[in-house]
Amino acid sequence: MAMAALRREGRRFAPLISPRPITAVRSSPIAPTYEDEGPIGVRYISTQVVRNRMKSVKNIQKITKAMKMVAASKLRAVQTKTENSRGLWQPFTALLGDLPSVDVKKSVVVTISSDKGLCGGINSTAVKISKGIRKLNSGPEKETKYVVLGEKAKAQLIRDSKKDIELIITELQKNPLNYTQVSVLADEILKNVEFDALRIVFNKFQSVVSFLPTVSTVLSPEIVEREAESGGKLGDLDNYEIEGGETKGEILQNLVEFQFSCVMFNAVLENACSEQGARMSAMDSSSRNAGDMLDRLTLTYNRTRQASITTELIEIISGASALEG
Amino acid sequence: MLRQASRLLARRPILAARTRAFSTDLSAADQTADAAFADAWNKVIPNMDPPKTPLSFMQPRPPTPSSIPSKLTVNFVLPYASELATKEIDMVIVPATTGQMGVLPGHVATIAELKPGVLSVHEGNEVTKYFVSSGFVFIHANSFADIIAVEAVPLDRLDANLVQKGLAEFTSKLSSATTDLEKAETQIGVDVHSALNSALTG
Repeated sequence: MAMAALRREGRRFAPLISPRPITAVRSSPIAPTYEDEGPIGVRYISTQVVRNRMKSVKNIQKITKAMKMVAASKLRAVQTKTENSRGLWQPFTALLGDLPSVDVKKSVVVTISSDKGLCGGINSTAVKISKGIRKLNSGPEKETKYVVLGEKAKAQLIRDSKKDIELIITELQKNPLNYTQVSVLADEILKNVEFDALRIVFNKFQSVVSFLPTVSTVLSPEIVEREAESGGKLGDLDNYEIEGGETKGEILQNLVEFQFSCVMFNAVLENACSEQGARMSAMDSSSRNAGDMLDRLTLTYNRTRQASITTELIEIISGASALEG
Repeated sequence: MLRQASRLLARRPILAARTRAFSTDLSAADQTADAAFADAWNKVIPNMDPPKTPLSFMQPRPPTPSSIPSKLTVNFVLPYASELATKEIDMVIVPATTGQMGVLPGHVATIAELKPGVLSVHEGNEVTKYFVSSGFVFIHANSFADIIAVEAVPLDRLDANLVQKGLAEFTSKLSSATTDLEKAETQIGVDVHSALNSALTG
């Protein structure tokens, strides 16, 4: 690595095998320094390489600090929206319960991820959970399809499940997230994809450092009726009177579509929050690492500088004493 | 099969870890569904923790009491905010598709779709009115009412002139609409604006 640095600098290099008083510094892995022969035989050690590296590390630290600030401000904005939307899905779960282990033929996994990177591991966990759900639902006559929101999950899922992906939606956050946009999205998904159960996989925002992968299940009206008839959690559904509409099926259809758009809205907001939080912590640890690296480089730089000063002094003094004696 | 067995066992519900503004019922049946999912997951994918489900983020709701409670507990939620969260009130009148429906404590369990209209909340002598665009209302047997609306504004925020203009605009568009989709859209516009109109005048 030192040789490559030398070649880049376009300078002659002294053979590194000959023992010199500055061998200790040269063997440091972080800061490859080298010697050069000056015009009158004065040897000096260049700290140029270390200085360059320090400059680039400092720039990286500044950039990551700035990214952390940006993510923090974006997080503040989305967090209030997310907390306000948390009441939206609770009535549906109170009415219809949550049956993640329901046995259906066609399940569709809606994976929500971010478009931009540098946000830690949340996208990988979402994809891993989606693949896990697919494995859970595998069996004879059962199939699982994907609907992908976000570039990062698209990149990961396209690699091995390309034929199972029904819809890919990206650039969700170009405009601030709002319910209208999400309901149009939900409409598209409901129109184009056949499903018995929709499983929405996202990262729920618990706190700035904790994101829990969550799966919300939305059943199609037929499955809701089936589960209601077979008893169990949805058995109480028959006790509810249905106001309006000609048939129960019609109301259930509207209910399921409304439930899907509400759950999607909350899921998309929670994921956006988690993304900003994860990015904040990733950038924070990155700037801390850069700071540590900078400290180590500074120590090496100072050692090199002092060593070169010492070498100069030694040479001058030994030269002077040689003249005298 | 597991669910039926657990109902017979009647285990006590376990409170969810997070506290929230709402209280919902995490009954014995819900617990087994969660556990069944976690077990199935652990068998197939042993290396990862199972993902959380919405049930773990909700608080249990009280079961149906034997006598009719005195107050109705209402949760009125919108996508952007929870207008009312577990508020105890006397009565609420909702604009269901079949007409204005009054909900009192002890109302029979109902699921109703809402049409654009006025929602009024009666607490003691105070009445708060909102114009609701549409949504659903669930009335549970334990005198809990969940109203989920897409958009709701207090009546004093409505501008009468804009309502009239909108009504005229949509009526003219309706008469000139050609495709079914256009007709449906303009019909919705007319419905909403005439409801707004009657809300402001009536």
